[in-house]
Amino acid sequence: MKLFKRGLLALAVAATLGAGVAQAQISDNVIKIGILSDMSSLYTDLAGAGSVAAARMAVEDSGIEKRGYKVEFVSADHQNKPDVGSAIARQWYDTDKVDVIVDVPNSGVALAVNQITKEKGKVFLANGPASSDLTGKACSPNTVHWTYDTWMLANGTGSAIVKSGGDTWFFLTADYAFGHALERDTEAVVLKNGGKVLGKVRAPLNTQDFSSFLLQAQASKAKILGLANAGGDTTNSIKQAAEFGIVKGGMNMAGLLVFLTDVHALGLQTAQGLIVTNTFYWDMNDQTRAFAKRFAAVDKGIHPTMVHAGVYASTLHYLKAVEALKSDDGTKVVAKMKEMPTDDPLFGKGTIRVDGRKIHPAYLMEVKKPSESKGPWDYYKVKATIPADQAFRPLKDGECPLVK
Amino acid sequence: MTEIFGVPTQALFGQLLIGLINGSFYAMLSLGLAVIFGLLNIINFTHGAQYMMGAFCAWFLLERWGIGYWWALLVAPIVIAATGIVIERTMLSRLYKLDHLYGLLLTFGLALMIQGLFTNEYGSSGQPYRLPEEFAGAYNLGFMFLPKYRAWVVLTSVVVCFATWYVIERTKLGSYLRAATENPTVVKAFGINVPRMITLTYGFGVGLAAFAGVMAAPIYQVSPQMGANLIIVVFAVVVIGGMGSIMGSILTGFGLGVVEGLTKVFYPEASNTVIFVIMVIVLLIRPAGLFGKER
Repeated sequence: MKLFKRGLLALAVAATLGAGVAQAQISDNVIKIGILSDMSSLYTDLAGAGSVAAARMAVEDSGIEKRGYKVEFVSADHQNKPDVGSAIARQWYDTDKVDVIVDVPNSGVALAVNQITKEKGKVFLANGPASSDLTGKACSPNTVHWTYDTWMLANGTGSAIVKSGGDTWFFLTADYAFGHALERDTEAVVLKNGGKVLGKVRAPLNTQDFSSFLLQAQASKAKILGLANAGGDTTNSIKQAAEFGIVKGGMNMAGLLVFLTDVHALGLQTAQGLIVTNTFYWDMNDQTRAFAKRFAAVDKGIHPTMVHAGVYASTLHYLKAVEALKSDDGTKVVAKMKEMPTDDPLFGKGTIRVDGRKIHPAYLMEVKKPSESKGPWDYYKVKATIPADQAFRPLKDGECPLVK
Repeated sequence: MTEIFGVPTQALFGQLLIGLINGSFYAMLSLGLAVIFGLLNIINFTHGAQYMMGAFCAWFLLERWGIGYWWALLVAPIVIAATGIVIERTMLSRLYKLDHLYGLLLTFGLALMIQGLFTNEYGSSGQPYRLPEEFAGAYNLGFMFLPKYRAWVVLTSVVVCFATWYVIERTKLGSYLRAATENPTVVKAFGINVPRMITLTYGFGVGLAAFAGVMAAPIYQVSPQMGANLIIVVFAVVVIGGMGSIMGSILTGFGLGVVEGLTKVFYPEASNTVIFVIMVIVLLIRPAGLFGKER
């Protein structure tokens, strides 16, 4: 009944406004984009307000508004709490007529939003979260996991390091779902390539002082300290590892999830030599540089992280699919997004698999020495490109029910 | 090599020392809280934010004017104490007659606002603060590698804590302060300006928080959340030590640092909860805390 009423209302509104044919299938004549992100805590810099800016840039560049479509934005802070994130997602879908939710850094919140989006038949463009379960056991016909995932990080950084001789590992893991997944995926890669794991320690999320764990790592005599954590935990552990002479003592660090903003926060003096895997770096070609310049102008000088780039590119592709279908029906749009090849200035040409995984190359990068850097944000040199067909988990290994 | 519960004794020494270093931050912060609570009866939830502001002040001095660590140790506490005095004069002083709860709510609200403003301005990933040149390097103690700066942190903290204890418990000024809390009317009758003394005491407590913030800057990222992460633990320390007991909070601070350090070796997953477990046990057995007096 409620649906029926809403349909009537929509019809009435459409009739009174005399909406054109093109928008006949667009609910309320508006494509409403909701950016659900961390706006106040540890992931704010790598996503947050920058993700809102990136989504706006995508709408601007798509030119969709010039062709008669109306686009609106809302944004909110999920506070890294799955219950808060779920409540916002439900309200957006049920009463605020949001068509698509973008970003959601934090795997816990993202898994909840993934489920709600599926129930409501809307669209979820996952750019912030890492867990590879989003295209594995929890995969959904309404979700596209665009930017990166734990399998890709493990495969990129892990195998490169084992192959270059770092064959004994000690893990420093954030003690929650994301850290465990990253540790599990990386350990599998290390063992597969003939390496050994000598020990691991699970530190509570948001630990301030890692020195005790670092001493344990040092005592293990492993060659590599694998950091299966993120954000403030990563920067603090790297900073303190330098202080305790871990690297000078012959142990190298592998930051399994390090964003550009983390390197900026650490400074090159501390971060130099770190090997990281990202799917985007702003200083790759003229198009990415142009994007970064525009982006920095609106986000307090911050240069885009791979999450920001993912928000931009996935929103762009979403709008193309809506226009091609002339509809914003969530399930149909995602099907269309998977059918159409992707092409954008930041990730180049690519595809979206049936399990919702966006496929593009990944880059193994090394953090520059202070002497090699030309200034702020000039931080990475690309060591190797992992081709698109090898960068992500093979379709058959994901246990996604959509794959038959 | 000899072992205790499967951990080599040498490694254990290292962990004990690390625990002591972390304990020195707990001690410095809980000391400030204890002074403020003991003498003003205000539960100062802004303490974490003031610690963070101290670290930011040091960072700001270095970035803006190239003023280094040593001056920051002096300047930052004074600047942040001044902001504390403004807060005390304009807001807290109106609450002394009311229940503790009002002070707690006010300072908690202030803490959230300050933290929000800093996040808005400086982002969440934090700013790096370079280790002062003098402290580059480390001592090789045989059983561990002790960074010079960490050694400095422990020594300074011990000196600051005991100096504060001495002033409050053993000098004339301290006796005025304690008397003013017990019975302000009588002390006023002796011609002592009690409100001013209370204001300065609050400023001093806040200054201690800022001092700890400057000490922490080279070790941790200078980030808006650094205080929020620590303040809850520090409150537990104060409760265990006995609200308002100065010596109690110092000893408990160091002691719990060590306990937490050992937990990180034997059962790391519990290292952020162990202090609260101890708090519950202490409250059940001695509700006034280990060193507190029943009122």
